[in-house]
Amino acid sequence: MSGLSGVKTPGKWPVARTPLEIRYNGCNGGTMATTYTDLIAGVRKRTKEVTLDEVKRRLEAKEPYVLLDVREKDEFRAGYIPGAISLPRGFLEIQVEQKLPDKNVKIVAYCAGGTRSALAAATLAELGYTNVETANPGFVRWKDLGYPQEKPPELTDAQRDRYSRHILLPEVGEVGQSKLLQSKVLLIGAGGLGSPAALYLAAAGVGTLGLVDADVVDASNLQRQILHATSRVGAFKVDSAEKTLRDLNPDVKVIGYKERLLSDNVDRLFGDYDVIVDGTDNFPTRYLVNDASVFLGKPVVHGSIFRFDGQVTTFLPESAAKKFGVASGPCYRCLYPEPPPPHLAPSCQEAGVLGILPGIIGVVQATEAIKLLLGQGEPLIGRLLTYDSLKMKFRELRLRKDPGCPVCGKNPTITSYIDYEGFCAIG
Amino acid sequence: MATKVRIPASLRTLTGGKDEVTAAGDTVGALIEDLEKNHPGIKDRLVDEKGVRRFVNLYVGEEDVRFLDGLGTPLKAGDEISIVPAIAGG
Repeated sequence: MSGLSGVKTPGKWPVARTPLEIRYNGCNGGTMATTYTDLIAGVRKRTKEVTLDEVKRRLEAKEPYVLLDVREKDEFRAGYIPGAISLPRGFLEIQVEQKLPDKNVKIVAYCAGGTRSALAAATLAELGYTNVETANPGFVRWKDLGYPQEKPPELTDAQRDRYSRHILLPEVGEVGQSKLLQSKVLLIGAGGLGSPAALYLAAAGVGTLGLVDADVVDASNLQRQILHATSRVGAFKVDSAEKTLRDLNPDVKVIGYKERLLSDNVDRLFGDYDVIVDGTDNFPTRYLVNDASVFLGKPVVHGSIFRFDGQVTTFLPESAAKKFGVASGPCYRCLYPEPPPPHLAPSCQEAGVLGILPGIIGVVQATEAIKLLLGQGEPLIGRLLTYDSLKMKFRELRLRKDPGCPVCGKNPTITSYIDYEGFCAIG
Repeated sequence: MATKVRIPASLRTLTGGKDEVTAAGDTVGALIEDLEKNHPGIKDRLVDEKGVRRFVNLYVGEEDVRFLDGLGTPLKAGDEISIVPAIAGG
């Protein structure tokens, strides 16, 4: 008899036993008594070790490995091997299957010295992970050797709390949340589509939200434009929006532009924004947004609505492909080379719109923007998602880049802004 | 051969409010001629002398006919046509 079975009541430690003795159900069959030293020796025998030089080589060769940092969160925050995923050993069994669902993925676990990661590797093997190695020694030596390390972004405790549900997602995490906080999204229009998009982007912690809208809040807007309020009828939409968004999330810098997007201000307004969310209500502005997107290399998340129907897609020009690490796609002119003549294109003001419809489409737009900013998932590039709210059907149509497109084609004929009002008035 | 055609909200005044109609034709062009017989005025909204209008897209399944054979795109049994016009509301 030994180990924990002898530690039934406090103060009754068995004589001549070290408290580190535990009862260990080893892999060598049956129950046996062992000491920490025996335990770790057994674990080391069963786990495959890699040197830090080898870890560094794989890192530089960009080999597909998951680097799993099993140290505590505060140790991780002080610095980690670039690209490592943080999963403290105390949460290993509980969270690893969520974070690493593929049990055949190649994993190198590391800690400060090599002990906790060896124990973690043994646990992972018991959980069925087939390709686990442990780095020996660990991060302390890695740092001494002057090998590359990264520091996680500095989130405040309040931010860790506010964005905790994001941080739990491996696809976001503290790094992704910090990216969002440093990102800038420009919304064209603070109306039906801009309202839900801006609300969710602000809630998600996108650090800077620009809103371009020259209109004031009208009572007839409130059926769908949920950024605004009855008490603010008559106020500029961007001011009303700013009030709502600041109250929702003070982390977000809201910049209102009380102007219409035009050829002579589009370069300034697009400025250093990362993603443009197009929620405008007219064709001239949509073609202007498109051309500026191609000229300035900005992705545009496009949404449009009419009565009960919506369309949403992401336009990512060649000039923005590198920044976002995804393949470029067609532009708005590839999809619709020309606008309909005005008499065939009634606006929502003339034709009506279901108030909830922009909620669905605007939230899809916000989702696309967040995915682009995080570099996660598959954006709607080259795909048009159509939504029929009456039938409650989403459909997907393939969009192709038009080699003859006057803006993004092989031999573009439109290389500077044109007269968009004139272009859309032909009919 | 009857082919299902999805009608967008903006053209439903021409189909008596119906969001889906059927029409016959071996090609997209022939199908539009047949649509016009039952829903006069619809052809003018979809095509002009140069082909499919540039603010409307016609899809056979998921594919835009502009990237197939335009109005000459052949239709086979089971194909579905979607009419997707440019809309600008926001």
